[in-house]
Amino acid sequence: MAVLQFREALRAAMTEEMERDDTIFLMGEEVAQYNGAYKVSEGMLDQFGPERVIDTPISESGFSGLGVGAAMNGLRPIIEFMTWNFSFVAIDQILNNAAKIRYMSGGQFKVPIVFRGANGAAGQLAATHNTSVESIYATVPGLKVVAPSNPDDAKGLLKASIRDDNPVVFLESEVLYGMKGEVSDDKDYIIPIGKARIAREGKDITIVAHGNVYWRAMNVADRLVEAGYDPEVIDLRTIRPLDINTVTESVRKTNRCVIMDESNPFASISSEVAYQIQERVFDHLDSPVIRVTAKDTPAPFAKNLMDHYMPSEEDAYQACLRAMYVT
Amino acid sequence: MAVLIVERRAKVVQRKRAKSKSSTASTNGSAGSALESLEKHSVVKPVDISVSFPGYPAGSYNHRDLGLTDETVLGIYHTMLLQRRFEQRANQMYGKQKIGGFLHLYIGQEAVSAGTAAAIEIGKDSVITAYRDHGIALALGMSADECMAELFGKTDGCSKGKGGSMHFFSREKRLFGGHGIVGAHVPVGGGIAFAHKYKGDGGVCLAFYGDGAVGQGGIHEAMNLASLLKLPIIFIIENNEYAMGTATHRAFGHTEFTHLSVGYDIPASQVDGMDALSVCKALQDHIAMAREFQPSLLEIKTYRYLGHSVSDPQKYRTKEELDQKKEDDPIIRMKAYVIDEGLADNDALDLVDTSVKKEVKAAVDFAENSETPDLEKIFENVYEENDYPFLA
Repeated sequence: MAVLQFREALRAAMTEEMERDDTIFLMGEEVAQYNGAYKVSEGMLDQFGPERVIDTPISESGFSGLGVGAAMNGLRPIIEFMTWNFSFVAIDQILNNAAKIRYMSGGQFKVPIVFRGANGAAGQLAATHNTSVESIYATVPGLKVVAPSNPDDAKGLLKASIRDDNPVVFLESEVLYGMKGEVSDDKDYIIPIGKARIAREGKDITIVAHGNVYWRAMNVADRLVEAGYDPEVIDLRTIRPLDINTVTESVRKTNRCVIMDESNPFASISSEVAYQIQERVFDHLDSPVIRVTAKDTPAPFAKNLMDHYMPSEEDAYQACLRAMYVT
Repeated sequence: MAVLIVERRAKVVQRKRAKSKSSTASTNGSAGSALESLEKHSVVKPVDISVSFPGYPAGSYNHRDLGLTDETVLGIYHTMLLQRRFEQRANQMYGKQKIGGFLHLYIGQEAVSAGTAAAIEIGKDSVITAYRDHGIALALGMSADECMAELFGKTDGCSKGKGGSMHFFSREKRLFGGHGIVGAHVPVGGGIAFAHKYKGDGGVCLAFYGDGAVGQGGIHEAMNLASLLKLPIIFIIENNEYAMGTATHRAFGHTEFTHLSVGYDIPASQVDGMDALSVCKALQDHIAMAREFQPSLLEIKTYRYLGHSVSDPQKYRTKEELDQKKEDDPIIRMKAYVIDEGLADNDALDLVDTSVKKEVKAAVDFAENSETPDLEKIFENVYEENDYPFLA
């Protein structure tokens, strides 16, 4: 084990995989000479050269499509979006071409590609630069969607994504890139896609979260512990395929659930998880599932408004108390 | 090595505004004269692109000069006729509701696919195209059986009934689709070319798209990336004059598509797409460049006889225009060539038609008799895994 930043864990995953398999290449804006807009790919140009670490012009549609074609023709591209907000000008390449070509070709062409970059809110960037994209991509059959919350998961899940023969949407968080944590240095350290993690075991209430907001959920859990309760926290880690069994097993035990989600609430991951809980374990619920999400608005700029926009720990704490009929 | 008649660079010069432009402007009455007055005093002037790109006219090439055998020429004739009879029959089957969804027919454009297939190394080079894809599939050697079965939505179809008319694929023939979103496959073509270069396998990618797709941004991004990364790709505009019902002059401020290459510093040429030998020669030249990692642009002037799809009443063009275009039919042209060159006589070519008709009839029978996909196949090939946990 070594202590690495989140960005260093991502870099370790890419570097180890590129050393292992020379069909893997990294392409995106500023990934090479600039060493990555968020320094995720720092030093990779020096190690692998310009044939495998490739700067692009600002052409998300062009280089995303290029990645899809390269994957169809035998390579394993890693396509970096500086942030996922910019994926929207390339969305057709992801949700039509990457996701559906295997299906439409009757399985003749696979598309083993990873699209990765910073997702979600990152402060006062206003509405177009603060989007949480998970529900948009998770709704598309053919894609896998992964959202790690910590450096060790980032490494293990990115390595799994690179080795996966399906297109993977890999969601990082700009505000987590500097976070440090213990990371496995095993060259074959794989965390399977589609497995949630029980981050804290408990019996009174289940709190579900993923990505950056997972850390807010852990703070809420700490407050609940201080108040004398025993919460369970589940980090989804993968959005699609969703490990609903881990969630429902937890709810069978706690009979209560609060979901924290950084996305806008309508047709979101939180709504999907809530639906599946009531569908599968309705009889085990002692109270309605409560969602604590970003506000149902575009992300604002003013600092106080942006703070208000985010799913708050106080709201989540109060939601847990309500779910337990304490208040 | 073929004579390089594709110019490396185009010159763009500015000179006084051409008469045609000023007449356009002056239709605006006083606005036009105001503009003229402005121009007199302004440093910035209207653009007049004075640039010429080489062309490959029809009727200019002998197959022996192109290195084609007599058999290859007869093969070109055969595949063009097969495409036409296949699609005529498909149109009929659509009318009988044996085929559902969209059906975009290629009739009139067969010289493009036939000339292409004669120029590339099938199985080594890659082809990606738009939704009007039956012709190129047959030209690459995909069977009429598997193509017709796909139109019927059957399990023996070339995409196992998952793609339909717009999404023919063949890994063996390196047909990377058949794509339904206009222009979206062109960046993918760039990636196919990228992989050819990365792997050093000597292959090149031919990315076909229609004139309508030229308005899509992704194409321009792909051309720029190809120029930057020196990709072995040919951007091929199959200009059949109409994007659905919109004539090119109603969709583009500037309709000389070869000029697009100037902005990306890649060579370009234009070919008469009604002569398969001209198409073949043009592609031979462009492919030779691509093998040296020089991307290029080829505009193929062609024409579709039928509507955009079979439900198109074609009110956007006149019968006279259509009749005039049909006078230069690619199959009749090739038939005359074959006879003139003494490669076969009329009777022999009639036999070709008879056998093609038989082949297509057999394909319809094959498609009729092929199984529809089992319902559980709906979950197959969404992901690599067979145990992916779909929602019930």
